[in-house]
Amino acid sequence: MDGLTSWWDFVSNRGDQVLTTVLETLTYVVTVTVAAGAVAITLGVVTRHRPFARDLSLAIASVFLTIPSLALFTIFIPLVGLGFAPSFIALFLYAILPILRNTTTGLAAVEPSVLESARGMGLTPTQVLLKVQLPLAWPVILAGVRVSALLTVGISAIATLVAGGGVGDFIKSGLARLPLPNSLESIWTGVILSLALALTIDIVLRGLGRLTARQPTRTV
Amino acid sequence: MTTAQIELRHVSKTYEGVEEPAVKDLSLSVEPGEILVLVGPSGCGKSTTLRLINRMIEPSEGTIVYEGEDVTTVDPNKLRRRIGYVIQQVGLFPHRTIAENIATVPELLKWPKAKVAERIDELLELVGMDPEVYRDRYPSELSGGQAQRVGVARALGADPDVLLMDEPFGAIDPITRDRLQNEFLRLQSTLRKTIVFVTHDIDEAVKMGDRIAILREGSQIAQLDKPEVILAEPADEFVENFLGSGAILKSLTLKRVRDIDLDPLVVLRDPVHRGQALTALAESGSGYAVLVDRDNRPVCWINERSLNSSSELAKAGREISVQLQPEDTLQDALSAMLQSSSGHAVVVDGTGRYQGCCTIESLAHFVVGMGNGGTSLETTGRSA
Repeated sequence: MDGLTSWWDFVSNRGDQVLTTVLETLTYVVTVTVAAGAVAITLGVVTRHRPFARDLSLAIASVFLTIPSLALFTIFIPLVGLGFAPSFIALFLYAILPILRNTTTGLAAVEPSVLESARGMGLTPTQVLLKVQLPLAWPVILAGVRVSALLTVGISAIATLVAGGGVGDFIKSGLARLPLPNSLESIWTGVILSLALALTIDIVLRGLGRLTARQPTRTV
Repeated sequence: MTTAQIELRHVSKTYEGVEEPAVKDLSLSVEPGEILVLVGPSGCGKSTTLRLINRMIEPSEGTIVYEGEDVTTVDPNKLRRRIGYVIQQVGLFPHRTIAENIATVPELLKWPKAKVAERIDELLELVGMDPEVYRDRYPSELSGGQAQRVGVARALGADPDVLLMDEPFGAIDPITRDRLQNEFLRLQSTLRKTIVFVTHDIDEAVKMGDRIAILREGSQIAQLDKPEVILAEPADEFVENFLGSGAILKSLTLKRVRDIDLDPLVVLRDPVHRGQALTALAESGSGYAVLVDRDNRPVCWINERSLNSSSELAKAGREISVQLQPEDTLQDALSAMLQSSSGHAVVVDGTGRYQGCCTIESLAHFVVGMGNGGTSLETTGRSA
């Protein structure tokens, strides 16, 4: 009980910092998810009839995810300096794989007979993509987007180490001052803010999925 | 009737890296309003041939002529919007309602909204589905038979003159398939579309086709003619083998009860003089007589035993389980005879009045006539 009240004191005295870091993390999530989504969905669409190119891009995206995050955040510093830029690049590279994988899986799962009949009725390749393939693959693609967004919330805590800000600031400063007063409270603040953000984003994206899905949900 | 609806002229299709062409120098013309069935063993190139017509597969050589116009090089998407296409797996769009599925081609052709909505209801009614019930449903809520009905409705969406059907009823259970075939033939009798229909099932070919093209490897035409001619006079051994041993039985589906001479049998009317009846029965040699009521409607079978029994005749006789009408096929007649307790099948007219009986002898007589390439082949018994 003591811990909880002292944590609450800690947070309520730092309202401004909480707001700033939450907004910083949120900026990462939005920009990274949008950028990675645009690149990965385009890549998945372009390579949908080219198995070799598709497998190659999936392999490259997988390689990114195997690089330790601490390393990936730091190797871009010589190129772009400290702060937002190296963090954004690292998070972007991580976020590609889940969306790309789900885009290729979703597009490949469209029944050949559906494509055959679409073509047979005179839909152009672009119309087939926009009216048939993407709408059918959309729920799967959106699931990939959600994974990437959550991944970004978690990994963006590292950004603080390259002066990129975000809720990771609380974790870093707490860690640096351990075991001084308020150090544990600081770490907990970072963790709880991360969790709360992840939960909120998950709920929002699930809602978006329900709104945009045109699959029949009712049963006969 | 002067110009063919579709014409393939010396069309070939060779796939890269395959020496033997899938379709080899095929020339074929489809007349307006007919159902031309392409039938042959698997791998003979019949589906490839069908897909050459709407250029789902581009020909390596040759010309495709559609309503007198060379369409070998026009925009294939525009061509396909003028040709209905039905495939075995249907391929309805699972994320769109039945109405939206049917609206696909009209929307591509930018029909006004009101006209599209009207067309959707019209087509659903045409294929026997209540628009109120099915319009807003999704394909996952349909049975296989219903899905293919919607598939046909969708293919008819923009009222094309031509339908290409690739084994449309192939994945459907036999009972539903039979019903869909009948419904489709009934539809076709009013729509008069030009239809190219692919199947591997010779029975389906005989039933559906105005003309049948039997194809062998490389989409070579082994024989192209009316079904009754092919059944009676197979061009060669390949065709004969493909038809199988039941050619005569198959040909029974092409002929109607009205085509054969009915046996009048002995007809008994109340009040029956039992002694005279017994004599007449013995003289006829058929063993059974038909008891009819005052309106000339058959009541029951009467044999010697029922005449000798003391009870009322109508009760002593044997029940007539099936009655045929002149429009029924001879195959129906055969199965009615096999079910009948007397071995004969009663034929009545539309109002139920007795016309005569189908007997094994009358059927056999007719079949022998067919086997001799006889005159009975000249008139087709199929309804238009």
